[in-house]
Amino acid sequence: MDFMNTLRIALRALSRNKLRSALTMLGIIIGVGAVIATVSIGQGAEYLIQQGIESLGTNAVFIAAGSNRAGARTGFWGVRTLTVEDMEAILREVPLIRSAAPVVFTRAQVVYQNQNWRPRIEGTTPEYFQIRRWGVQAGGIFSEDEVRSAANVCVLGVTVARMLFGNQDPIGQTIRIGEIPFRVVGVLEAKGQSAMGEDQDDRLIAPYTTVQRKIAGITWIHYINASAITKDAAQAAVPQIEALLRERHRIRNPEDDDFFVSTQSDVAEMATQTERVMNLLLGSIASVSLIVGGIGIMNIMLVSVTERTREIGVRMAVGATEADVRRQFLVEAVTMSMAGGVIGIASGLVGSWAIAKFLGWPTLISATAIVIATVVAAGIGILFGIYPAWKAAQLDPIEALRYE
Amino acid sequence: MSIEAKSGPTANTASGGHAELIRLENVHKIYHLGEVQVHALRGVSLQIGRGEFVAVMGASGSGKSTLMNILGCLDRPTRGSYFLDGTDVSQLSKVELARIRNQKIGFVFQQFNLLPRTSALENVELPTIYAGLSPAERHSRALAALERVGLADRAHHFPSQLSGGQQQRVAIARALVNRPSILLADEPTGNLDSRTSVEIMDILQHLNEEEGLTVVLVTHEHDIAQYAKRVLEFRDGRIRKDYQVSDRWVAREVLPTLPVLDDLETVELGAQDAPAPGPVSSSEVW
Ligand SMILES: Nc1ncnc2c1ncn2[C@@H]1O[C@H](COP(=O)(O)OP(=O)(O)OP(=O)(O)O)[C@@H](O)[C@H]1O
Ligand SMILES: [Mg+2]
Repeated sequence: MDFMNTLRIALRALSRNKLRSALTMLGIIIGVGAVIATVSIGQGAEYLIQQGIESLGTNAVFIAAGSNRAGARTGFWGVRTLTVEDMEAILREVPLIRSAAPVVFTRAQVVYQNQNWRPRIEGTTPEYFQIRRWGVQAGGIFSEDEVRSAANVCVLGVTVARMLFGNQDPIGQTIRIGEIPFRVVGVLEAKGQSAMGEDQDDRLIAPYTTVQRKIAGITWIHYINASAITKDAAQAAVPQIEALLRERHRIRNPEDDDFFVSTQSDVAEMATQTERVMNLLLGSIASVSLIVGGIGIMNIMLVSVTERTREIGVRMAVGATEADVRRQFLVEAVTMSMAGGVIGIASGLVGSWAIAKFLGWPTLISATAIVIATVVAAGIGILFGIYPAWKAAQLDPIEALRYE
Repeated sequence: MSIEAKSGPTANTASGGHAELIRLENVHKIYHLGEVQVHALRGVSLQIGRGEFVAVMGASGSGKSTLMNILGCLDRPTRGSYFLDGTDVSQLSKVELARIRNQKIGFVFQQFNLLPRTSALENVELPTIYAGLSPAERHSRALAALERVGLADRAHHFPSQLSGGQQQRVAIARALVNRPSILLADEPTGNLDSRTSVEIMDILQHLNEEEGLTVVLVTHEHDIAQYAKRVLEFRDGRIRKDYQVSDRWVAREVLPTLPVLDDLETVELGAQDAPAPGPVSSSEVW
């Protein structure tokens, strides 16, 4: 018996019990749909991380205050030992580092007339904008002189500008942080969401001196954004920076470090690590729901074999071989799982579109995931269809014909 | 009204110089039911020639269906041999038996056994699918077979839309579609009223006479056996009598003498729902 006939018979048998077939496919539909949707979310996140890495530049080196005692990161931002002098020492003594910008951050209420908003406030130097490759869309940035004099000037992220000024032009206007007036000198280019889902445009940037003294009331800094001369130099600079900082902070044992040094390759490494964990999680969820779906198919196929015992007997009496009967039921199971797979893929695509549209998460459709989902769905049909098909083929034609 | 025996109970040779189609040699069939052994056939030897029309009779449990299953290659004898068309069928594999069922044997059952919610035409096409014929060939053969049983106009009806007699005619068309050498019918009229039974016998007689098809049918009714050419009587798994039918009835001649019901639907519903006896029993007619 040729394949088209087998397929036609299978489709007809399935369409006879439409609701039952649909419910049976549901397990596969949900499994496949969930995988397609989550993979596209994961891919979207990964794309953002990659973009983030690119925007920081592969030469970037990140030096953060923080301790690592007792094997856990404790008091990450509470460590007070990292200073601008450390940064200057690095620039002076580690020639692999080309430029660096200190960062202090805090959160504070910002007021313009009757509008107020609570953005992240960052204090830094003009190098920050260069290292992060972040330009202004209006106005300019503050100068080295303004850093030195701790001037009350700031650059706004687009979110802050919008919240405080609406459609008004913020350049030259005066806002207040607490009681202190600040002049707005520029508005940053929009950056959108980070890989972690936070709004990167919700920040106000001022000279670090101003933030340290007038807003946060501290003398230390939280981290340093540095840039090495090349990508390889970034890697090579790490031990040099560590040695220098240990010397300056009088640390003997690396376990007592009160700082972390990392590069973009570390970030990328971490991203792939996260992705691996994510994939594992996804894989296990997917396999569980697909196995459940497969068992559903097997169950219905067994019911179907019993219900159609007489039909099987008739088919055998008119010349169907065991192989014919086996193939018929197997094709039926695979048709069901494949249809479930296709519907699952479609609903996964619709789902990720909806997530992108309504939750604003970035999604990226993966062709590989679609191909794999299709193959797996077919495999499930075969795996769980074999036993019912075998059972059907083992029926004795005489008994099958007599079956009530 | 009685059937006269032409030959004795031990005569079991192919009659009338027909070329041999079936030969059973000392066939036994034993069913094992746990500890108990059921000896359904106890040494059946028999020859049937091409073009014969044999009625198998006997009490319930005498082994008629067991014999038919073996003749139809649905089952294999426990002992003894079965030659069909010169081939020793008892030695064949399951796949080869399926092939023989498909090519050489046509089955008709008491329960019709049509696939539900499948049109008459597609039911008739079923054996051609397993014969590997092209769709066009399948279609034309199935239509031709339906025409032979006078149901071409019902090709697209579902079994549930047909009367019992019509369903049995579809089943006969299905049995014929692969041009088998033998038609096996186990109580084909068991679920039909007497007039419809005679109509079925008319079709079988026609196929036998005009097309030379070999027919073996099981029946409990002497009236049905009267349409056959030869009768085998079974008792306790053995052939007790084997004789040619004298005064063979011709269904085409009997039919006009049977009353036709005014309300045809009554017959059809009755025939379909339950093996209702015809409104007029056969003994009243003759
Ligand atoms: N699959 C089976 N397992 C066990 N015993 C069986 C089986 N099939 C038939 N038999 C037994 O074999 C004997 C012959 O059965 P068979 O069906 O051939 O009788 P039959 O002549 O067709 O009867 P009926 O007129 O009632 O159809 C019976 O005693 C029956 O119980
Ligand atoms: Mg029987």
